[in-house]
Amino acid sequence: MRNPLADKVVEIKPSGIRKFFDVVKEIKGAISLGVGEPDFDTPWHIREEGIYSLEKGKTHYTSNAGLEELRQEICHYMKRKNGLTYDWKKQVLVTVGGSEAIDIGLRAMINPGDEVLIPQPSYVSYEPCAVLAGATPVIINLKAENEFRLTAQELEDAITDKTKILILPFPNNPTGAIMERKDLEAIAEVIIKHDIYVMSDEIYAELTYKGEHVSIASLPGMQERTLLINGFSKAYAMTGWRMGYVCGPENIIAQMTKIHQFAIMCAPTTGQFAAVDALKNGDPDIAEMRTAYNQRRRYLMNAFREMGLECFEPYGAFYVFPCIKEFGMTSEEFATRFLEEEKVAVVPGTAFGDCGEGFLRISYAYSLENLKIAIGRLEHFVKKLRENKG
Amino acid sequence: MREELLAVIEKNSRIDLKELAIILGVEEIDVVNELAALEAEGIICGYHTLINWEKTNIEKVTALIEVRVTPQRGQGFDNVAERIQKYPEVRSVYLISGGYDLMVILEGKTLREVSSFVSDKLSTLDQVLSTATHFILKKYKDHGTVFGQKTEDEREMITP
Repeated sequence: MRNPLADKVVEIKPSGIRKFFDVVKEIKGAISLGVGEPDFDTPWHIREEGIYSLEKGKTHYTSNAGLEELRQEICHYMKRKNGLTYDWKKQVLVTVGGSEAIDIGLRAMINPGDEVLIPQPSYVSYEPCAVLAGATPVIINLKAENEFRLTAQELEDAITDKTKILILPFPNNPTGAIMERKDLEAIAEVIIKHDIYVMSDEIYAELTYKGEHVSIASLPGMQERTLLINGFSKAYAMTGWRMGYVCGPENIIAQMTKIHQFAIMCAPTTGQFAAVDALKNGDPDIAEMRTAYNQRRRYLMNAFREMGLECFEPYGAFYVFPCIKEFGMTSEEFATRFLEEEKVAVVPGTAFGDCGEGFLRISYAYSLENLKIAIGRLEHFVKKLRENKG
Repeated sequence: MREELLAVIEKNSRIDLKELAIILGVEEIDVVNELAALEAEGIICGYHTLINWEKTNIEKVTALIEVRVTPQRGQGFDNVAERIQKYPEVRSVYLISGGYDLMVILEGKTLREVSSFVSDKLSTLDQVLSTATHFILKKYKDHGTVFGQKTEDEREMITP
């Protein structure tokens, strides 16, 4: 029989997280700090709106780009949060999670051989999506000494005449790093100088613990060269609904809408109705969840300080990224032993890029009570390793 | 810090001061001072425990009583409310808008105890025009806490 598979797909290496997931499944009674989604359930008023839409028989397709009301609310939100004006008819597309926007954004913009700059450590899907779109991914290894922010120099060094898009994933999964206005201004200057586009993945924008989140699209000259991706998963604890969106230049959104129309048709209708309510009435929920995350973040940072574990202070998302280089193990060895000996699952930094070696991603999308138990075990483990070494 | 502090201890008054200071990102001494101030100002009125008595062997009856009263010149409803609240079996007294005036929540050991309080004490007060007593059959949620089965974490152990 002929080989049924596409080489391009087969050659993509499976997600490092998936591999570790299989290990975790084998360990009975393990507790986890490895989850990349909120522990909160979707606020009730949002769920209720989804249920109500079902009761009313709103069970049909919506327009390809998404419900009018939802796109209008997204524009209000962009105005209110970022001071950005988008035309809801031409510059907004509702997608199946932020993930779809990443995929079709790249597919709409890439010609064979174009280079896409991907700062790492970062979310696992940028690189495979770039490859599937026919791009050459170029990795920028972010550094702990810069608190895993992207610097203008690092960007400048990675740019060639084939560079077309920079993916800008901040606030960052897995490091928790953010980019403040001054950091973004330096990046924007390089972007404009080299006439590059930015795909800014701002799915964690609402989970910023130092000042207000700044979108690179809001800087002068940047809105016309930025695809701003956001969604409902993290801000409103709506991961399972699969609701995201993208705002950007009309010509790019039009081509993305074409792919979306053929591949997806429209984002789930129930979720779209719920999302309208999230944008209209969800600000207090965001504030409440953000406060809870921030308390846990402070708790973890203090715990690391007390056990002498090196970790820069992250101001975004719900992850901390401590350094475990002092133990002379790889991230994967550390995570595997920690799981086997203390029954706590964390994700090795290498799951998010080679430069995550020597780090762990610890999620604080868990109640303080659960964090305390897990951190107690980490302290025990760290102590044991240090004693054996000394 | 005040609002966040209150929100935390309203849910967990047993949290220790050191931990409270850590999660609020302030010094422990500031937490101590703020708590003392909140107590002095009468904003924090107590540190109670939420108990689901139904799960114990201790019998308790809770009733919600709607009371219509004649307000007094210059005093409004305060006088009669103060009188009612003096009874130790009265757990809460609220002034309510709408069809009646005071809502009294009463806790007694038996049905008879509650009924005799209503007929002997409450309805015989001069200002009280009428009462309607509702017995609470089951508590589903109290003080923002759902009584019942704790839900498991249904998330996958590891997700990107």
